[in-house]
Parts: sequence; C-alpha cells; structure tokens
Amino acid sequence: MSDVIMNIWRGDQNGGDFEQYSLPAQEGEVVLDVIHRIQATEAPDLACRWNCKAGKCGSCSAEVNGKPRLMCMTRMDQLPEGEPVTVTPMRAFPVIRDLVSDVSYNFEKAREVPAFLPPPRPEGGYRMMQEDVERGQEFRKCIECYMCQDVCHVIRDHEENKTAYAGPRFFIRYAELEMHPLDTNDRREYVRQEAGLGMCNITKCCTEVCPEHIKITDNAIIPLKERVVDADFDPVAWLGRKILRRTKRTPAEANVQPK
Amino acid sequence: MAELEHHEYDVIIIGAGGAGLRAAIEAKERGLRVALVCKSLLGKAHTVMAEGGVAAAMGNVYAEDNWKVHFRDTMRGGKMLNHYRMAELHAKESPDRVQELEEWGALFDRTKDGKILQRDFGGHRYARLAHVGDRTGLELIRTLQQKAVSMDIDVFMECKVVRLLTADDGSISGAVAYWRPTGEFVTFAAKSVVLATGGVGKSWKFTSNSWEGTGDGHAIAMWAGAELIDMECVQFHPTGMVWPLSVRGILVTEGVRGDGGVLRNSEGDRFMFKYIADMFKDETASSEEEADKWYDDHTAGRRPPELLPRDEVARSINAEVKAGRGSPHGGVFLDIASRRSAEVIRRRLPSMYHQFMELAGVDITREAMEVGPTCHYIMGGVRVDPDTGATSVPGLFAAGEVSGGMHGSNRLGGNSLSDLLVFGRRAGMGASDYAQGRPGGVTALDQTLVQQYVDEALEPFTRETGENPYDIQHDLQEMMQKNVGIIRTESELDEALEILETFKERTRNIAVKGGRAYNPGWNLATDLPAMLTVSTCVAKGARDRRESRGGQTREDFPMPDPEMGKVNFVQSQPSGGGFTGEIKIAPEPLPQMPDDLRALLEEAPK
Repeated sequence: MSDVIMNIWRGDQNGGDFEQYSLPAQEGEVVLDVIHRIQATEAPDLACRWNCKAGKCGSCSAEVNGKPRLMCMTRMDQLPEGEPVTVTPMRAFPVIRDLVSDVSYNFEKAREVPAFLPPPRPEGGYRMMQEDVERGQEFRKCIECYMCQDVCHVIRDHEENKTAYAGPRFFIRYAELEMHPLDTNDRREYVRQEAGLGMCNITKCCTEVCPEHIKITDNAIIPLKERVVDADFDPVAWLGRKILRRTKRTPAEANVQPK
Repeated sequence: MAELEHHEYDVIIIGAGGAGLRAAIEAKERGLRVALVCKSLLGKAHTVMAEGGVAAAMGNVYAEDNWKVHFRDTMRGGKMLNHYRMAELHAKESPDRVQELEEWGALFDRTKDGKILQRDFGGHRYARLAHVGDRTGLELIRTLQQKAVSMDIDVFMECKVVRLLTADDGSISGAVAYWRPTGEFVTFAAKSVVLATGGVGKSWKFTSNSWEGTGDGHAIAMWAGAELIDMECVQFHPTGMVWPLSVRGILVTEGVRGDGGVLRNSEGDRFMFKYIADMFKDETASSEEEADKWYDDHTAGRRPPELLPRDEVARSINAEVKAGRGSPHGGVFLDIASRRSAEVIRRRLPSMYHQFMELAGVDITREAMEVGPTCHYIMGGVRVDPDTGATSVPGLFAAGEVSGGMHGSNRLGGNSLSDLLVFGRRAGMGASDYAQGRPGGVTALDQTLVQQYVDEALEPFTRETGENPYDIQHDLQEMMQKNVGIIRTESELDEALEILETFKERTRNIAVKGGRAYNPGWNLATDLPAMLTVSTCVAKGARDRRESRGGQTREDFPMPDPEMGKVNFVQSQPSGGGFTGEIKIAPEPLPQMPDDLRALLEEAPK
C-alpha cells in the first residue's frame, strides 16, 4: 500500500498552521489510528481527544476534509485515494490545542435544562409501553459528539448567539423530555424564550452529520416548534398533540424549575 | 513553590463512570460538599461502552427469578472466590437500583405489559438483563450524568489525579491532580475520597478498554497504603473483533449470543458442546436441538453452551484456534445471520450492526462475525468492606471495577453495571458517614509531599533526551499479552516480573517533548507508573495462585485447587515507595459464608 499524507492543524488559541505527516498506509485503518501512529512516532505532543474508539462515546469529533466526523469511525479507504487528508478541530468552539476544542459551551447548556420530574415511583416500578418510550429512545441514542452543534449555522458563524441558543443537541434533549411518558415538567415557554428554539431555521445540517442517524430536525426540532406555538390557536400544534397522544399541563400548573 | 490551585470538599470522588456518578449523587443527596474529578469529559467514561445490559433479578420475564438465584449464579460464575456479602448485597439491591434510574429519566426497553424487559446472558439462569438495545451503558451513564448535573455537583473534567495524600495518622487527606488542558496542578483536600477509576486493560495489546484503563485507582490506593486482592483474576471477554487489525479487541456484546447467536469453528461445528465443564453439565444443553428450544421457553430445554460464563467460552475459543480450527484472521465465527431475521438483528443489536458495517465492511445480518478473546475487565481490585466500600486506609473508599471481591475469579456479563449502581451508592453512603463523623475543617495537606509529587510528574520535561513513553507502553502491551495473557505458565510469569523491572527503569528515564497543555505524550508518561504497578500485581498474583480458576488460567496447573479456592491473594506496599516500591503478596482466608447463604448454593437447579 502507498503512503498516506495527513495535513493536521497544530496550534492553540494564539494561532497555528497545518503540519504535514507522511506515513505508510495500513489495511482497515481509521483516521484516529493514523493520528495515534503519528503520536507514537513523530509527534508525541499532538493533542487529540478520544476514548472508546468504537463510535460510542463521541469524544473524537473533528473536521476531516472540512466535514465534522468521528475520527474513530472514518475509514481511511473511504477518503479520496492519493489525496492528502486534512484534519482540523471543530470550528464552532474555541480551540484548546491541535485537534482538541473547548466544548464547555455544551456543558453550560446542559446545566440550564429544567430537570426531569416524574410522579413518585409506584410499588413494583413504573409501567410504560414500548411504543411510548421509542420516541425518547431515539434521542437518547445521542453520544454527545457535538458535531450537530459544530455544524449549526446559528452558532458556527455567530459566536454572539451562543448565550441565547441551546443548539440541536439540546433541542433533542428538550424534545425527549417533552415526549417522556413520565415527565410532568413543562418547558415549552423555556425552550422558546431561553433556549432560542425560534432561531433554528431548519436547514437540517445537524441531521446530516449525526453519527447516530437521529432525525434531529424532523423528529425533534419541528415537533418541538409545533408544541411551543400557542396551543389554543394553532391547528398544527393541536394535530401534533393528537398524534403524540399526550396532554401536557399548562405552564402555570407545571412545576417548572429552570436554573 | 508557586501557590497551586486548591479546593476543599467533604467528599471527592475520583472517576465519573457509573460508580463515581452514583456515589456523587448519594453523597450530594445527603447534603455533603461533593466534587467529581475525572480524566475525560463528563459522560465519556468506560461505562458508556457497556452494551448488553444491567443484571437485576426483577422477575419481569421469568417470575421464578429472585435474588437467591442471582446470588447463586454470581457465586458459581466467580468460582466461589467472591466475597459472599458483596454478592448478597448486589443480588438483593440491584432491582431497586435499576428501577431508581427510571425516576431519573432512563428509558429501558419494555415487556408487553409495560415493565422493564430483561434479556438472557451468559451464566444467568433467567433472562435478567435490563437493557436498551445494545447501548445500555450509554443509557446508564447519561441518566446518572443528567441527574448529577441537575443536582449541581461540581465536576472537574479532564483532570488527572496522580497521587493521594494521607495525614500523619494514616487517614486520607486529599489528592494531587493536574488539568489536562493546561497542565497546571491542583490540590484537593477532603475528609473522604471515593475511588471509582475503573480498570486496567490498557496494559494489554488486545483490549476492549479505552486509553483511560490504566489502573490509576488501583495504583494510587496501594501507594497510599490500601490492599489489593486477587489481581490475577483478569477477564478476557470471549468475543472481541479480530479484524481489521486496527480494531482488534473492540467488544462484541454477549447479547449476540443471548439473542440466539452461536459460535462455530472453520469446519462449521458448534464447538461449545465439547467444552462443558462438569460444574455446568447439569444445567447446559447436550444437543443443538435442546439448546435451540431454550431460547423461546427456558423450561423446554437447558441453556445453550454459548451462554456459559465468559471464562469458559474464552478458553474454548482459544483452544479451537490453537487446534487450527480458527477463522482466517485468528478468531472463530459468531453467527447470528443464519439464526435470526435481519429485522430482529437490526432492532436488537443496532450498534453491533453499525460497528461491523462501518469498521469491517461486514453485514452481520448476512455474514458471520469473526471474534476472539479480548482483555476486558479486572475482577481483582482494592479490598473493601462490602457494606460501606471502606478500604484499609481510613477515609478512602472504592467502588466499581477498581474494587475487588464482588465478582470472585470471573464476572458474569451484566453484573458490572449493577455492581456500579449498588456499590457506587454504598461507597457514597460510607464516604458521607465518614465525613460527617469528622466535624470541623479538612486536614491541611503536607506541602512537602505535594511538591514531591508535582516534581515527579514533571520530571520527564527536565530531560533533553530519553525514553519515548509510547515505546514503553507498546512494549508493555506486547509483553503482557504474551506473558500474562489468557493462558499463563510459571516461567513466563517469572520472566514478566523481570521485564517489568526493566520497564520501571525505562520509565524513570522518560523525556517528553512540547509543553504541558494537552500533551498526550506527557499524559501517558504520568499513566505509566500506575500501569506498571498494576501489571506487576497481576503477574505476581498469577504466579502465586498455582491453579486455574475463572480469569486465572495456568497451563502448568490446569485444574482448580480446592485449597487455593479458600484464599484471596492480598498485595500491599508496607514500605511505600510508589511505583518502584516493593510489593508484598500473601494468601489470606476468604471470609466465612453463613450457613443460610451456603445452603442457597447447594440447592439443585430448578
């Protein structure tokens, strides 16, 4: 097999540049394998975040040839042969060093989510039907790789929006809680006013990059938008509630606990 | 010395996987000041990789199931080396711990009448594993993480603890750590410390463990005066991926076999029927026909041999490969494609489907997988009091994989997620009670010692030239795989112990390049001392336990020895000295099991 050529961004918040590494190709390798080989030989200080190396933890997100990818699930033989592979950190977040970004924005948004609030657990446990948990289970597949956040136009090109916008990862979290069979908290006003749901203009970029193939836009954001519009006057929201077979308490009745 | 960043808490918890999060939730609920300190980002710990499920005798699928059967299965699976009290607490409390997760938002797969669905796994008499497809660990860690976040628990992410600190009276006083993003050091003073650092698998070449599995908790506990037990008992999971080479070791869930998958050799034989040990003969099917009836109705036949405990299956695969009946890449075939519909496979095993499709180009709904044993879990660990998680160091507690005793010489699948919940909570209680029993402030840290530990960690920066930490890690992994792998012999273990001493010398001569901010080479240099301490303990234990039992298999002592089955091998460092200090090993009698529990083990299987 021929050599692979990697153009890897090296630097920190003060700036940086691409460095080129050339090494022999090996069968079946993913981008993360090549990064690890570079660390073990030429550049032991090349920073990259990773854990499971099996697409389950969402740590190794970066931009490969300009597109957000999990490095552990991107096979080298699926990239254009003979061309250099460019790897950069996720652009929507501040860089720490090399391929590692500061994703603390996401942990701040997680702290703002009003908590799950079920009724007390009955003797023998809760009863829920499979068809009622499946909607939430789709969103709970999320591995928090934050690539949907990285690619979202609302914050990728507009740092100033971050304070008022939770982003797709948290819209699926809000959708999950809204559709949870046991939850009694009503977050509709909160999602509209504090999480900036209205700023999303449904370009579906988030859905396209999701490594778990969660239909973020169709199954979470759009239903969520329908729910937060005025419940009394909007026929779409009315229909949505019918389809979802659930009645929510009004915000006034619900025990909303935003931080 | 420049003033270091410093924090004071009642309880600090090191590690934010299932056990650490559960401990933190418990301590916070009891009103203590709590901090979680973890090496990675929150939610990325090894728990996230658990696939098949969490074992709890809820009896939702088979009403016959109860804690007594679960206790018996766990003890037999561990070949009776388990601490009976841990196995008892675990079997009794895990149903409540699983149901509690639903109060915090978890969404398990359901039975037809809306209860939590349970699946079959190796060594469990009844379908017992609560699960969400094959991503149960993700559900568990996310639920605990979201609960912890809603409680406003302080989290120090990407912060690696290098040493624990003790006071003059030997009790715990705190810890020294550094922030990976900056390389700056930080000290924690606390009344109690809970270790929940997980396992040690990164010291082997083929492993399901991530970079984090370097045995930090085992090592810092021993360096601080705690005891480790049964470190020789390492679980090689029977089914890891074997090809392509770069993904070798990645886990293939036991759920594949629980849901009907079978193992075949290159001749197409379902070879597990040849390897049923006497201990399991009465409850294992003797023909394919009988085994296949069992999947639909557990009363119509006995269990398929593919669902024997993991140690039995791993050794059998190893034997088939050795006999020349392996698959093209040195494993065996795991076939579910010919046994279940594509729709069922994709619904029950979605991440296995994606993992093989994307990493190996194999469609598991059409073709068999190639699998082989991979280093997965350490049963041995820090010796703890079963009820509180207390170690022999006052104020130091441990829970989860870093603790020892619960699983004996071999862990059943699904028993680790329940272990995390049951003993995470108990260690959180133990650490809280201990802290509340010490009114007033925290003990002042020994600044001379703090300085010494900081200097030791930074030493690799002081050398212009020296060893590359990656080379040492690579050599360690090769050596442990070869000399202290799934099958062991005395001469290879003696050789391993000699080579480990040379690795320790090399580690004292590491030179790293670059700065301190997010420098993986330096980070590895600070992981290596723990890896070497733990590897030494595994090799020492494996040499002294001259028998085969569970996760300890000796070619030169192929049978269990009833006398060895009565002892734990306890390791400690009485004269200190950190990773180059001398390690003492001695057998000590197992705790005496009360008669009422013993009677449960002797009951005939129903």
